[in-house]
Amino acid sequence: METTYREAMRTAIREALLQDDRVFLMGEDVGAYGGCFAVSLGLFEEFGPERVRDTPLSESAFVGAGIGAALNGMRPIVEIMTVNFSLLALDQIVNNAATLLHMSGGQFNVPLVIRMTTGAGRQLGAQHSHSLEGWFAHVPGLRILTPATVEDARGMLWTALEDPDPVLIFEHGSLYNLSGELAEDAGPVDIHAAAVRREGGDVSLITYGGTLPLTLEAADRLAAEGIEAEVLDLRTLRPLDDAAILATVVKTHRAVVVDEGWRSGSLSAEISARITESAFYELDAPVARVCSAEVPIPYARDLELAALPSAERVVAAAREAVGGGG
Amino acid sequence: MGTVSLNTPPTGMPHVPEPDLHQVLTPEGHRRPDHDLDPWLEDVTATMLAGLHRDMTVIRRLDTECTHLQRQGELALWPPLLGQEASQVGSAAALHREDYVFPSYRENGVAYLRGVDPLGLVRLWRGSTYSGWNPAETNLAAQQIIIGAQSLHAVGYAMGLRRDHSEAAAISYFGDGATSQGDVNEAMVFAASYHVPVVFFCQNNHWAISEPVTLQARRHIADRPWGFGIPAMRVDGNDVLAVLAATRRALERARNGGGPTFIEAVTYRMGPHTTADDPTRYRSKDEVEAWRAKDPIDRVEAHLAATLTDSDRDAQGGPLTIEAVREASATAADEMAAALRTGLAGLVDPGPEALFEHVYAEPHHELARQREHYRLYLAQFDGEQLEAGAR
Ligand SMILES: Cc1ncc(C[n+]2csc(CCOP(=O)(O)OP(=O)(O)O)c2C)c(N)n1
Ligand SMILES: [Mg+2]
Repeated sequence: METTYREAMRTAIREALLQDDRVFLMGEDVGAYGGCFAVSLGLFEEFGPERVRDTPLSESAFVGAGIGAALNGMRPIVEIMTVNFSLLALDQIVNNAATLLHMSGGQFNVPLVIRMTTGAGRQLGAQHSHSLEGWFAHVPGLRILTPATVEDARGMLWTALEDPDPVLIFEHGSLYNLSGELAEDAGPVDIHAAAVRREGGDVSLITYGGTLPLTLEAADRLAAEGIEAEVLDLRTLRPLDDAAILATVVKTHRAVVVDEGWRSGSLSAEISARITESAFYELDAPVARVCSAEVPIPYARDLELAALPSAERVVAAAREAVGGGG
Repeated sequence: MGTVSLNTPPTGMPHVPEPDLHQVLTPEGHRRPDHDLDPWLEDVTATMLAGLHRDMTVIRRLDTECTHLQRQGELALWPPLLGQEASQVGSAAALHREDYVFPSYRENGVAYLRGVDPLGLVRLWRGSTYSGWNPAETNLAAQQIIIGAQSLHAVGYAMGLRRDHSEAAAISYFGDGATSQGDVNEAMVFAASYHVPVVFFCQNNHWAISEPVTLQARRHIADRPWGFGIPAMRVDGNDVLAVLAATRRALERARNGGGPTFIEAVTYRMGPHTTADDPTRYRSKDEVEAWRAKDPIDRVEAHLAATLTDSDRDAQGGPLTIEAVREASATAADEMAAALRTGLAGLVDPGPEALFEHVYAEPHHELARQREHYRLYLAQFDGEQLEAGAR
């Protein structure tokens, strides 16, 4: 069955609402409007205003209320329009959702799922376009998911809801229109393992979320030049699947990390560090990174594209890793 | 979970009479007495009304032009102000040059009245520049996108004004939706606590994207500031005179050490939230039509048509007729639009080197390294591809 990432996500929310009456969705414009990115379209009509709930405009309030509802046994799905606006709820996410289990001596679980759009590419300016999932991946107590395929858009939510801890799901805005084949019986998927999206023996391209499509495109172009790239989709940024990262590096001896986040103090830095810590002697070339320019993401179209990782850059980095190695 | 639906008022709430909606010009154009506002309108003349009519007509035209330009692919996005002309013109007309404005993305009409060249707005919303005006000349901050954040900046600015014993005031514009944000409420706490010369100007245009104002506030928005110790006034935001008077009054209080004031201008967003939105998905035609009957420009016209006399003169000393007012406004709008289109043709998109500009005020070695990497990266391509690479 051909479907889009957006529809797969909607199906996942719908199924969760059907299967568990503790589940409800809340956020800005998620009701009759169907969400700013049309993910929840039709759900308000089907489930009503109690379970598909528009909130007043306060990210801090609706995330905090989500925590409260989760503490009392509900299974809230909170939607934040973009990751930039999650910064208004940072206290609730980092100081509260992530710590309440610990600070209550294990008494309080926070089975909360927060979904948000991340990333650039839609000419929305710096205050709408950053990729801050790497920041959240810094925080113990949170689980960070980055579905990049229709299967994962369809399957990660339910598993996240079953998880007793707070889970953040990052949906890259450029993926919503992505279409792909989804099995009729597609359902929940695991949320702990990375996935090899393409096999290859010459270089490992390690990525996640919004940069998966361009990384796969880069791998195709490299193949045309005779370079076989392996593409690893991390899928979950916290905890990281160290074994999968290690396995691909041991196989290819070269790694390029592709991350739309900024380079300094980043997730790509973490991956690079883990590779050098655990597979240093396997490497035939320095670990390379393709990240966004370290500037606020520009509004002007050309500048925005120039700031972001592109297939060309991944190809260039992979060539250098392969050509420059022993 | 309980069964209280979102749109029924909670029971048991004590009934407090709602403050009146202050209105000076009815939708039919009749002048109504208003005890609080009339003292601030003693200088109103037919010429002044003609000027307000012209300004509203020009910004409406600016707004439609920009909406069209977005549809034609010339602008990335545009947030229409259609319907909110009186709120923007009335409030901006009350400001002094030295007052400082902290706007949201929707205050393009306010920007125009601060002296911003319409082409500056086009350059900004097109992405040709990050700054469509010189803030030092206009006393207008950058448009805020993060809902409500600018209200705190206005308070901080006003704290500085107070320290300097300045005669100026700060004004923060925001929407009905913004009043739910912590920032706006916290700004009110600070403004009251420090007793600073700030005006909170809320355009209640009834919608926050698809969310009706009733989701943000069970009572009038103007009821809330009183609890923070801030006097508030609810005015007809489609009545340019009421808005002008209320803003003058609030600014005067600020200048005289009277502290903050909150104005709720009750208006309506006639267009989409932005050019990316389709409002038919969440509101009825009837609702929109009901507001069309309260049009801010029509009512000034109706008022002038009914009150102009043979003795009213235009700036040149000629007879001031309603036809002349209409024509002068239309001419001003046409001239603005023509200049806008001409200017548009000459706009240059920023080159790739602009990517690293204005990240820090001072040069910075990491940024310099990135810029150099990027230059080398672009240099790998031949001329033709270089364009594609930058694209
Ligand atoms: C902190 C934050 N949350 C969400 C958004 C997305 N957003 C943009 S405009 C808007 C509605 C604002 O409504 P209102 O304050 O009434 O102003 P209006 O657009 O009606 O002028 C929302 C939710 C944002 N820009 N910033
Ligand atoms: Mg509004």
